Formats: sequence, structure tokens, C-alpha cells
Amino acid sequence: MVLPLIAGLVREESGLGWDDNMKMITCDRVTYDAAVTIHPKYAPFLNKKIEFYDEMSLVVGQDMATGSFAKTFVDIDLDNVVEGSLPLNFENEDVDEERTKSEKLGEIAEALKKFTEDKTPHPFAMPITHAFLLFLIFSSLQPTLSLYEDQVGLTDWHQQYIGKVKQAVFHTHKTGRKRVVVSTEDNVIATLDLRRGEIFWRHVLGHNDVVDGIVIALGKYVITLSSEGSILRAWNLPDGQMVWESSLHGPKHSKSLLVMTNVVIEKDNVVIIFSNGRLHAVSCIDGEVLWNKDFEVESLVVQKVIQPPGSNFVYVVGFAASSHFEMYQINAMNGELRKHESAAFSGGFSGEVSLVSSETLVALDSTGLILLRISFHKGNVSIQQTPISNLVEDSLGPAVIIPSSIMELFAIKINAVTIFIRVTGTGKLEVVEKANHETAVGDALSISEGQQAFGLVQHAGRDIHLTVKLAHDWGGDLLKESIKMDQQRGLVHKVFINNYVRTDGSYGFRALIVMEDHSLLLLQQGAIVWSREDGLASIIDVTTSELPVERAGVSVAKVELNLFEWLKGHMLKLKGTLMLASPEDIAAIQYMRLKSSEKSKMTRDHNGFRKLLIALTRAGKLFALHTGDGRIVWSLLLQSLHKSEACQHPIGLNLCPWQVPHHHALDENPSVLVVGRCGPSSDAPGVISFVDSYTGKELSSSSLVHSVAQVIPLPYTDSTEQRFHLLIDADKHAHLYPKTPEAIGIFRREFSNIYWYSVEDDNGIIKGYALKSKCDGNVADKFCFGSRELWSIVLPSESEKIIATVTRKLNEAVHTQAKLIAADQDVMYKYISRNLLFVATVAPKASGEIGSVTPEESWLVVYLIDTVTGFVLHRVTHHGSQGPVEAVFSENWVVYHYFNLRAHRYEMSVIEIYDQSRADNKDVWKLVVGKHNLTSPISSYSRSEVVTKSQSYFFTHSLKAIAVTSTAKGITSKQLLIGTIGDQVLALDKRFLDPRRSVNPTQAEREEGIIPLTDSLPIIPQSYITHNLRVEGLRGIITVPAKLESTTLVFAHGLDLFFTHFAPSRTYDSLTEDFSCALLLITIVVLVAAIFVTWVLSQRKELQDKWR
Amino acid sequence: MAPIARLLLLMLLSAALSISSGSGDGFSINGRVRIPQGLGTKGFALPGKTSNVKVILNGGQIVTYLRPDGYFSFQNIPAGTHLIEVAAIGYFFSPVRVDVSARNPGKVQAALTENRRGLSELVLEPLKDEQYYEIREPFSIMNVVKSPMGLMMGFMVVVVFLMPKLVENMDPEEMRRAQEEMRSQGVPSLASLLPGGGRN
Repeated sequence: MVLPLIAGLVREESGLGWDDNMKMITCDRVTYDAAVTIHPKYAPFLNKKIEFYDEMSLVVGQDMATGSFAKTFVDIDLDNVVEGSLPLNFENEDVDEERTKSEKLGEIAEALKKFTEDKTPHPFAMPITHAFLLFLIFSSLQPTLSLYEDQVGLTDWHQQYIGKVKQAVFHTHKTGRKRVVVSTEDNVIATLDLRRGEIFWRHVLGHNDVVDGIVIALGKYVITLSSEGSILRAWNLPDGQMVWESSLHGPKHSKSLLVMTNVVIEKDNVVIIFSNGRLHAVSCIDGEVLWNKDFEVESLVVQKVIQPPGSNFVYVVGFAASSHFEMYQINAMNGELRKHESAAFSGGFSGEVSLVSSETLVALDSTGLILLRISFHKGNVSIQQTPISNLVEDSLGPAVIIPSSIMELFAIKINAVTIFIRVTGTGKLEVVEKANHETAVGDALSISEGQQAFGLVQHAGRDIHLTVKLAHDWGGDLLKESIKMDQQRGLVHKVFINNYVRTDGSYGFRALIVMEDHSLLLLQQGAIVWSREDGLASIIDVTTSELPVERAGVSVAKVELNLFEWLKGHMLKLKGTLMLASPEDIAAIQYMRLKSSEKSKMTRDHNGFRKLLIALTRAGKLFALHTGDGRIVWSLLLQSLHKSEACQHPIGLNLCPWQVPHHHALDENPSVLVVGRCGPSSDAPGVISFVDSYTGKELSSSSLVHSVAQVIPLPYTDSTEQRFHLLIDADKHAHLYPKTPEAIGIFRREFSNIYWYSVEDDNGIIKGYALKSKCDGNVADKFCFGSRELWSIVLPSESEKIIATVTRKLNEAVHTQAKLIAADQDVMYKYISRNLLFVATVAPKASGEIGSVTPEESWLVVYLIDTVTGFVLHRVTHHGSQGPVEAVFSENWVVYHYFNLRAHRYEMSVIEIYDQSRADNKDVWKLVVGKHNLTSPISSYSRSEVVTKSQSYFFTHSLKAIAVTSTAKGITSKQLLIGTIGDQVLALDKRFLDPRRSVNPTQAEREEGIIPLTDSLPIIPQSYITHNLRVEGLRGIITVPAKLESTTLVFAHGLDLFFTHFAPSRTYDSLTEDFSCALLLITIVVLVAAIFVTWVLSQRKELQDKWR
Repeated sequence: MAPIARLLLLMLLSAALSISSGSGDGFSINGRVRIPQGLGTKGFALPGKTSNVKVILNGGQIVTYLRPDGYFSFQNIPAGTHLIEVAAIGYFFSPVRVDVSARNPGKVQAALTENRRGLSELVLEPLKDEQYYEIREPFSIMNVVKSPMGLMMGFMVVVVFLMPKLVENMDPEEMRRAQEEMRSQGVPSLASLLPGGGRN
């Protein structure tokens, strides 16, 4: 009997005021007391907070679970059903409760202004940053958001990357431009200029179109095999135009091998491909499949396809049933089988093979202790065994072969030791070198008839040693260079060498090396010719940091321009405005604007445009980029995310601002927290690092005993401005960081206000939790807290599958809670809660690609869930729709993008949520005379309700990402930033996604800025903020507010990086870039001169009058 | 040259027969992207340059590129209704819905989703070209006059040249009276002009 009452108390109790963070709920004492006076029954539970919540979890949890089930089955056809709502008083952090009523009034008035003045916020509400603001107001501005072509590069920058190189082929024979063709782990095929490392052309293949091999054919085509060996494409080497494309099919999946042959069939050069269990010969000229050949042995795993030089047959060698070696000799002209031999080896085979001659290879047995030299000379297979212990006395454990194809030489790796072994002509094996340092071996390169060279890179302290050796002569080094290497690049992962003939006829070598941080470097003549930071192609997480404050004594990088220079610049600008500038002048103006030292200074600026973008990449490296010009300020290869014995597959997860000094600890540098874990599964142990944002030094790092499933930043800081974070592990224990007694003290006080939730997409369960004071079953770790399940929502797995969840950004500023409807002098209150979760589910059948289901068997269900109580505030079903869903949540609205199968078009829908419980406050005059109760808590038993408004529109493109602009105070109107399938970023005014749009808006609505309804959203080419650039492989868009209210900083990342300033309502609070100060000065000077002239003239006239 | 001619013939055939059953388990969709020479002269992709045009099936499931003659093909496509998008800088392409039916594989059923226009063959053309930059307005005297500085100058000119004329046309008697009135009030100081300044 008691339990439902408690549930009622919790449900209808409204004194639970929201604080600014999603995990927090504050409950004031007064409301509690008020509730108790009305319902004295509740009094006994007041002082039993913890137990009380325990009961609640039981009741609410069950209630919610059954409730959601019932709804799912019963109301499935009811669209726009408003589910249960929660009577809580939502106060935003920016709407301060302590504000006086007059301030509130001002806010309402301002909001009214905002809506009547065509949504352009009032400039006086902002800190006025420029003295000439008045001139701006008078000056006639272009009513546009877009760029002029000559403004490109003023505030934006664009960087192109390719990702970690996995294969490189040089093209240096011709006398033209020397280039290298590379394929990368991000499915990119590119050619780079060997002289400077710039990209000539680049193609980004689809996400499941992994490149298996590249070769250069006929000296003019790049042939690539991709998509598990099923797509073969040829690209024109000079310009990257695709020449032909063939698809190869086969009976089963297999390793894909691509071999360039010198066989000619009917004047066609032939490339031989083994893929999908079938051998194909394809013409290089047009991609036609000349012949193909299947292999009858079922379990054959082909390891190599070899064409002995000068022959017209190929060997296909592999293992069958893991204990048979199979060799096929096939005529390359027509695919006929010439010979098939097999040999059994009881020990089995393991791993890779190394080719030591065109008819010999080396493999390891299944234990990794015996080396097998397999010869198939003239088709006769023989296997010779040599235990590794015979070669190396102190061999420890099993070995791994480093796959290579160097004549008479191969390498194995035992633990960290690399051993090079020579295979002599008679078949004897002998160790030539044991290298204890980290070593990378490159593939062989034929430098002359019968001579092969290969590259070798070894680490020695801070240097790397690049050695090029002849394959048959270990002692004779062709090249030995020592190069000082930046420690932040880590180990060398790959080496590709290329030779050139020096003027004196000797061979010179250049080496392309791929480092641990995914960067690519070209070494030549003992120096680094160029380097590319291709690690930036795989950014995992981004955060920003302020730059140091400019102080006296802190020297600024560049000396300021003197007055003459300044005037000269402005004269040039004036000429430009008056269209009098010559082409040279225009070039000078452009150069001056782009090279402005102002934007790349290393100090904080007034407008907050200069910041550090700190990015965590997949390679475990942190980069700090300057927002002014995109240069790398510092980079750090994190030791905690470095592969080690304890941590085999470290991956980075999150990057959070850790210490942001602004009040108390101004002398401290800001720092960031990097969270990672050792391995892909969520129960792998976690690692954390703290990094100084100014210097890029790792302050400390530690590997954690617990795993990391979720990172929750809390809105509390300690006395040194360190932000509190909760790390939730796989067992739902919460761990508090920083681990200081002060932190635990503050945390204990806010303890009962902290809630969190988890989404299990696999089984469709969303759960909400509160914290318990101790970890269960754990030893005394006072920074560890257990979790108590409060509620859970179980979605029926047979009809719904979670595909997207979105919440509001934690630090988003909301300026006003009220929305004034000018049409009927009405006020609506935005339902602003940090604890709302948007969840989209689809029918399990429809979770695949478009075209796999019919409209009848697919639906999309959208939920808005309160994450503290588990209430479903809103639920909509879109029939005949499917994912993928991209959504963005801001203020009181959510916009989501999905595919409508009936119309066969993409759609974007908007849901706006309004608080109906304060609907009786809507009288503006009541607000004016202060009779409203905005700040007072709402009566406990008034039934609070939310109303939602929604509308859907067609949108042309597929989406890769969606974000919303964010400004410092949230006054500026919002624009959506849409990453389209063409890798561009489109800005779309939120007003186009206003649910109040109607076909014929009234005059009042028009004045308010309501756009007449259209069925699809417009795509205005001028509002692409990336203008004519592509952010290839776009993955994320991040918006950061600048200090200037009108402006937001936009950073889009994928393979490429793009950064720009964006003003959603134009730069109403500062002068535009093309404002001419010189013209203003000249005007003033002319006016003053004119005053004097007229004064003199009038005096003269007066004198003449007097003489008369 | 013979193989090229053969290939071209093959492609022409396949364009007419846009959807054919492939050798694998699915079907293949063959089509062509044609960018008319007239369009794109103002655009940023060079006319006829097709090396950076991507053709995307079902929002990124398969991405392919164009051959020099503009043809593209998707292999191993299951039966169903698919969506083809063309990403080309400088042009706006409507997505195309393509029905691949298992029953009559030779049949083309394609329609632009933007304007619901059916296509008899899978030849995709841009609906319009996209101009990403604003065009600077050419210099005009009106712009200078309308600018705040221009207005200031204009006012100055009015005061300098028209005011004396107005003053001249005034009756000398009236003029004298006005001047006397001014003298009697004293020279207006700046302090008296400021609000509240007149009291002290």
C-alpha cells in the first residue's frame, strides 16, 4: 500500500528542480515540506532518502517496463501520442533563478523584439565589440550568409589527408613528375608528388570497398583490386580518371592476390588475380576477363601466386586441410592446368609464408618452432624441416614469419627479436643477423639483372637507421643513413624503397616510411624530405581549449604593422572597394588578407576566434591545431595508448576537458583527459592520461583496474577547477575522478542528484540508474560507487531495434525559456531539460540497406525519454520509413533525418516540445506586472503536460552527419549544419524546420518570420559553408561558440579537415570584413576640411558684406 | 582498337538494357551520367571532367566512379527498389529511384525523386549547376552614394551649397530679427544643449 504512494510522490512532486546537467536533480527542502503538509502520510519517508529510492526503483522500474510494452502493442498505429509527462520545474542554468523580475521582463521584451525583427537578434543585447557599430547599422549589408569568392581562406582552412598507407608503388621511370601511388587503410587510392608530398589525385572508395592490392600497368594505369577481390578498377595515372571497371566473381571467399605479369596475350598485357577462390586473368587495356580457373580442392587456402621471371606460367601455391601443401602450375596464356602436385606435412602449417626464390618458400609449422623450406622446383614438391632451436640457441617461444619476398633471405620474429635467415643455394639455413631493436623490413626491389635490394629501418634511441642491403650480400650495405626522428612519431611500421641513378652512375635510394602515428615520410640523402600527418585522417574525438591570455611581457610572435603599413593596406582596400585596383593590387590585397598575422597568434583574442582544437586520432596521438590557420601547435603520441605487453590493442575512446581554469586557478595551464581501453570489448581494462593543453606534455597516465564503458562529465569542479568525471565500467560501477579527498567531499553532497542511463542497442533495453554509496563486493575503494537500477524500458526485439540515440549537448546555452507567438500575443514555454534522450528504432528487417524491405514491413519509431524517471514524453511512428537516422537535439527541439520508403525520398522531421504546465502564465501583461510564477516551483499536484509540435519535410540528399550551430549566449538564431553525401556541409536555417509553417501564413505570422510551407527543404548552393570544397569521408561536425555572440566556429572532420567561422544571423555585432576603415577616415577628413573651407568662405563673405 | 570498340558496343547495349542479371547472385545496374556542355561553364568542375564524380547507391552502400564516357555500373544488386545519388561539385543532381525486379530483369524503371519524372533509360543529367559564391556587384555610383559616407557627403553638400541659397532668399528684415534674437539669448554653449546641463 505504501509503495504506490511513494511512487505518486515522486511522480507528481515538482519541487525537484533540474540543475544544469543531465545527471543531476536538485530537490529543495521547502517543496518537500509543502508536500508533506498536504500529505502527512509521506512524512516518515523524508529522512529515509536512500531506502525510499530503493523502493521507488522497484515500483517505477516495473511500472515503466510494463507501460512501454503496453504502449508498443496497443498504440502502435497512433501517431503523435503524448505519453506520460513529468511535472517538474525545468530551470536552465542560463536562466538564473536569482534574477529579478525586471530582468525577466527585459528578457521577454527582448524575445519579443527578437521575433518581430525578422529574427535578427537585437545588437544592444550583446557586448558591443567594435566602436563603429553604429556605422554598421546604417550601412546597407548584403542580405546573405554566403561568401564571395575572394573571401575563401580568410576564416576557413581545409586540409587533405589520406590515412595510414598500407601499400605504395613508385612511378619514377619516366622523366616527368615523379610520383608514388598509395593505398591506405581508409580505402583511399592516391598519387602523391614525390618532391613535396602533395596529393595529385585521390579517390575515396566506399566504406566496405577495402583495397587489397595496387599495381601499375603499362606505365599509365593504376590497377586496384578491392571489395574482397571482387572489383578491379584501372585509373589513369596522370589525372585519376577511372578507365575501366570489372567485377570478378567466384565460388567462395578467399584471400585476394593481385599479380602483374609480363605475359602478353594478343598484344594485351595481363594481370592475374586470385580472388574469391578463383584465378582470373584480366586484360590491362579494357579490363576484360580473358580466362578464369577454379580449383577442385575444397579447402585450398592459396598463399601465393608466383610468376617466375621470363616464363609463361604461374604457380599457385597454398595449403589444403592445414596439413597439405598444394602446388598448381598454370599456363598463363589460357589458364590450363599444367601440373598439380601436393605434399603432406603432418605438423601442419601456420600463418604467413615468405618467398625466397621464385620456386621456394619458407613457412612455419603449426607450433611455430620448426621452419619449413618448401621447394617446388620444376614442379617437384619437397619439404625440408629445420627446428629454429638449431639456428638460434636461446630461442624463446614460437616465431612469426614476417611476410616478404626477398631472394634467398627471410625474417622471423621471436618476441621482440627480429632474426634474418639466409637460404643458401643448397637449401641450408643460416642466421645472418639478430636485431634486438624494433625493425621494419621493406619488400625487395630489383635494381639490376639478378640483383635485389631491400630496405631496413632500425630504431636506435632517438635516431632511426635506414639501411639498404643487397639481397645476396648481407655485409655490403648500399646505403646506411642515420636520421633524427621526432619521438612523437613512434615506431616505423612500413618501409618502401625506390632507387634512382645519380649523376655519377651509382644508385641512390629514397625510402617512404609509415610511422606508428600513421604519418608518412620520405627520406632521401639522410634527411626527411617531406612528411604528411595522415593520422589526422582518423579523428576519434575533438575538444577545444582556450589559448593563453596576452600579458605584458609575453612576446607576441610577430611585430605589429606600423601606421604607414596599415594606411597603405587600407588604401589598397579602398581601391579594391572602388573597383580601381589593378590585378597586382588585388593580388596584394588577397595576400595581405590571407597572411594576416592577427589570426594565427598564440594568444587569446577578444572575439574568441583563436582557440586550440585538440584532436585524438585512432593511432593514439593527440594533435593541437590552431583555429587560425590549422597548423599543428603540438602533437603527442600518448604513452597510455601505446601498444605494450599489458595492453595489446589500445584504442582511444574519449577526450574531455579536464581542467579549464578561469576563476580560481588562472595560473594553471588547462588540461585534457584522454580515456581509452585495451581492446575492442567493453570489459577490457581502461587507460587514462592527462595532457597539458598548452605544452602538449603528458602530465600523468595510468592504466585502470576497471573497464570503461561510459564517460560522464559532471558539472562540478574542485578548487583547482578540475572537472569531475564518472567512468562507468562494464559491471555498472561508477568510478569518480579526480581521486582526491576534496572531490569525494563535494561529490558526497551532490550524491543523490546524480542519475545516469545506459542504452543496450543489441537487446533493445534502456535503463536508468542512481548511485549507491559503495561498490558491491569490492574492497574499500571509496571512489567507486555501485549503481541501482531505477527504471528500464524494454523494447520488443521482434518489432523494434535501436538504431540511433541522441541527447542535447551538455554545454549548450539557452537564452530564453519563453517563445513568444506574435500572431496571438501568446507565450509558449520551451520544455528545456538536459535529461531528454531521443531514441529511434526501426523494424529489425528494415535495419539493413535501403531497398531491402518493402514499405509495408518497415517502420520507424521515435521516442523522447526522460532519463531520470524513464517517462516516455513523446512517441511517433513513421510507417514505411527506415534508417539510417541522423538526429540533432538542441534547446527544446530535435531534428532527425530518415528515409521514407513510400515516397522513396529522404525526410527530415522536427519535434518541438513545449511545457503546457505553465500555459496559464501565458498572459504577457501578467508577466509585465510580475504576477507570473516563472521562478516559483509549480504546485505539486497540478498535472503537468508537455505538448509537441512536429512536421516533416522532404530532403534531397543522404546525410553523413548533422549538427547545430552553438553561440556563446544562445541568442543568435540557429542553423542546422548538414553533412551531405557529397561530403559538403550545408547550412539550413532552423526556420525552415519550424513546425508552425503553414501554406498560407497570416500577416502576423509572416512578420514573425514563418516561411510558407513547402514540401521539401531548399538547397541553396550559396549556403554550403564548405563552398566548393569537399570534406572527403565526412564523419563529424563540431560547433564551438566564439565569444562574439553572432559567430560559431565550425570544424568538420573526416579524411579531410575543414574549419570556418559561421554567423547564423550574419555578423550583426562586428564590422564585416570588407568594411573600409580608410573610406571612413577619408570621409571624416574631407568633412573636417569642408567645415574649415566653408568657415573661411563664410567669414570672407561676412567681411565683404561689412565693407559694403 | 578492336577490344575498345567491342567494349563500347557492349556498353551501348547495356545502357539500353539498363538492368541485367549479372553473373553473380544479384543484378547489375548500368547507367550513364551526362553533363551537358552548356552547363558548368560558370561552375567549378571543368566541363567534361568526370574523374571526381561519384555515383552512390543507397546512401553509401556502394560507391563507384565514372568511366571517361560517363558510364557507370553497379554489380551484384539484389532485387528491390534502390536509390542512386550522384555527387559532383558544381552540379545539383536529383536522386534517382531504380526498381530492380526479379521477374522481368530487362525492364528499366527509374524516376527522379525530386520531380517524379520517369526516365526511359538511366541517363542522369544535372537539374542545375550550383554556384557556391556570391557575385560581387559591379561598381556603381549609387552604392557609394547609399553608403553611410556617401550620405554624410551628400548632407554636407546640401548644407554647403543649398543653405546659403535658402538664407539668401530670406527677407533681410526677418534675418536681422532672427540674428538679434540669437544675440539676446546668448551663444548657445554645449553644456546647455546637453540634457540636464541647462539647470546649472
